[in-house]
Amino acid sequence: MAQTVFAPWTDPQQKPLIEFRNVTKRFGEFTAIDTLSLDIYEREFFALLGPSGCGKTTMMRMLAGFETISDGEIWLGGQEIGSIPPNKRPVNMMFQSYALFPHLSIWENIAFGLKRESRDKDAIAARVEEMLRLTRLTKFAKRKPHQISGGQRQRVALARSLAKAPKLLLLDEPLGALDKKLREETQFELMDIQEKTGTTFVIVTHDQEEAMTVASRIAVMDEGRLVQVATPPVIYEQPNSVYVAGFLGDVTVLEGKARKAGDVYELDWAEGQPPLRCVSPLTLSNGQTGYVAVRPEKVEIHRNKPEDDNVLRGKVIDIGYLGNLSTYHVELGNGQIIKAQNFNTERDTRRSFTWEDEVWVNWTDRCGVLLEG
Amino acid sequence: MRRFALIAVPYLWLLLLFLIPFVIVLKISLSDVALARPPYMPQLDLSTGWEGLKAFFAELDFENFTFLTTDDLYWKAYLSSLKIAAISTLLTLAVGYPIAYGMARAAPEWRPTLLMLVILPFWTSFLIRVYSWMGILSTEGVLNTVLLKIGIISEPLMIMNTPTAVYIGIVYTYLPFMVLPIYSALEKMDESLIEAAEDLGCSKLAAFWLVTWPLSKNGIVAGSFLVFIPALGEFVIPSLLGGSGTLMIGKVLWEEFFNNRDWPVASAVAVILLLILIVPIVLFQRNEQKAREAEG
Repeated sequence: MAQTVFAPWTDPQQKPLIEFRNVTKRFGEFTAIDTLSLDIYEREFFALLGPSGCGKTTMMRMLAGFETISDGEIWLGGQEIGSIPPNKRPVNMMFQSYALFPHLSIWENIAFGLKRESRDKDAIAARVEEMLRLTRLTKFAKRKPHQISGGQRQRVALARSLAKAPKLLLLDEPLGALDKKLREETQFELMDIQEKTGTTFVIVTHDQEEAMTVASRIAVMDEGRLVQVATPPVIYEQPNSVYVAGFLGDVTVLEGKARKAGDVYELDWAEGQPPLRCVSPLTLSNGQTGYVAVRPEKVEIHRNKPEDDNVLRGKVIDIGYLGNLSTYHVELGNGQIIKAQNFNTERDTRRSFTWEDEVWVNWTDRCGVLLEG
Repeated sequence: MRRFALIAVPYLWLLLLFLIPFVIVLKISLSDVALARPPYMPQLDLSTGWEGLKAFFAELDFENFTFLTTDDLYWKAYLSSLKIAAISTLLTLAVGYPIAYGMARAAPEWRPTLLMLVILPFWTSFLIRVYSWMGILSTEGVLNTVLLKIGIISEPLMIMNTPTAVYIGIVYTYLPFMVLPIYSALEKMDESLIEAAEDLGCSKLAAFWLVTWPLSKNGIVAGSFLVFIPALGEFVIPSLLGGSGTLMIGKVLWEEFFNNRDWPVASAVAVILLLILIVPIVLFQRNEQKAREAEG
């Protein structure tokens, strides 16, 4: 079945649901968000990703109404929301601590927001039942929050924040308190629920795998600024800076002087080492400082010298065995370490490389990413 | 065996310092008044053996308890004590809750200081503090002098020797007992609960009534009992600040013991006071246990 790709951000006709227009947030002397502009579209699953203190939580709290804006405007569905208090916004939030009311049952927790809208009792009950079914909590409706498990609490928090059918759901590190296995399951559950309800989700996370899994687009943040906003594959394969390349996934970054050589750039990066060839849409002047970033899974490792681009000779000094794949740390003659990853596709072969082996690593000119700094 | 020894310590403590004195008071309450030392009959004399013991028990009766029902002074004093204790508890709650709330919402580095300020009055003797209230409230006291000087009033307020003075005294004295449990309940509360309530459509006031108030309920109940129970038997505050007009059972008890030297009747008054107190004490214990279970 052919499906149109969901990418409203490429369509200039689409009006964004959320617009940050030159938003600045200062806490005293400290600038948490620095003249930041960002559009988020309806039905998106948008991830704000960054290290702690980068301003991602502040962005979310401004959307919820818990932080005032120092400068600029935030628009939601064609309305400037800067002066609207949290209880009047069509936005709900799922808190990192879940913030379930300990004195109320699961049922009452989910009904809490609905009751504030003074709907009639039957409508509330029907909606709560629907939410309980959606999050598979029907059995636990009568229990108190302290009588259920962490994963169930997480689902209650989700059900409660979705019950009012908000235009926008904010999720603050929603899976942070769960263990790894449950977290992975829950990621898919979140995506499922997001798709079923058609709600726009904005998620704050510092876990790059989580962001990659769930998000339609990711905004990588650093010190109150957006470094790159793009889909997960673009963020991963075409990072726009060394910061983004390093923040998502594993990478080897090599610094050198760029030089145009026909269709490709060559990076002279170390005495006695061949220049690194790299295809790039960027325009760098000759002699400009540039970086080549290469992901370990794109680096091949050989026993004999291959006839290809970017062939480097080195010695295996570390092996990280992960079961499905192995990461080799190869030290070159000049001390630089290149990471190379191999899939362990066969069960019983002896590991092809071991410590102190002399090897060759290489990658093609399309596999490395040329960056400006 | 070790577990038994560990449990035995508090029980032994209770036996020595509560149960045995209580049995003695109960025995006195069943005796008759006598001009002797100690001023009641019969005395237990084990040297006369079994016959003496039988005679001893034969002389015990409920006469004093019957007497308490014949004079309406006593039940009026009990009722008045209950009323004063209940009203002072509500007043203490009204004053203490905002204090506790402010403390729990204060910046964390300020909380130990605020906590110490609440406890600070305990560093001075209770009696001295009550006496200083006499200095503040009396007709020529600090309060009246200041108010007259400013010109807010033209005649001194008569607060001393009225129930108002007793309320002021009790609220002042027992305020920390109200503030501390409420503070501890509020301080534990996750602030994101309030944000969650607002996020789900509550105004600030609604968030307080629907979340903060019910979550501080255990603290409120604990604080109220900690004020109500000692206030019910309070003797010093009504006798120093309340004058002759304030009837409280603690004062009656004292007068029976030391003015009338009628130990048996005084003991009967004390036994009934204890019986009245058992109800709130049991309720208090149940509240504490429920709070512990909810946390576990």
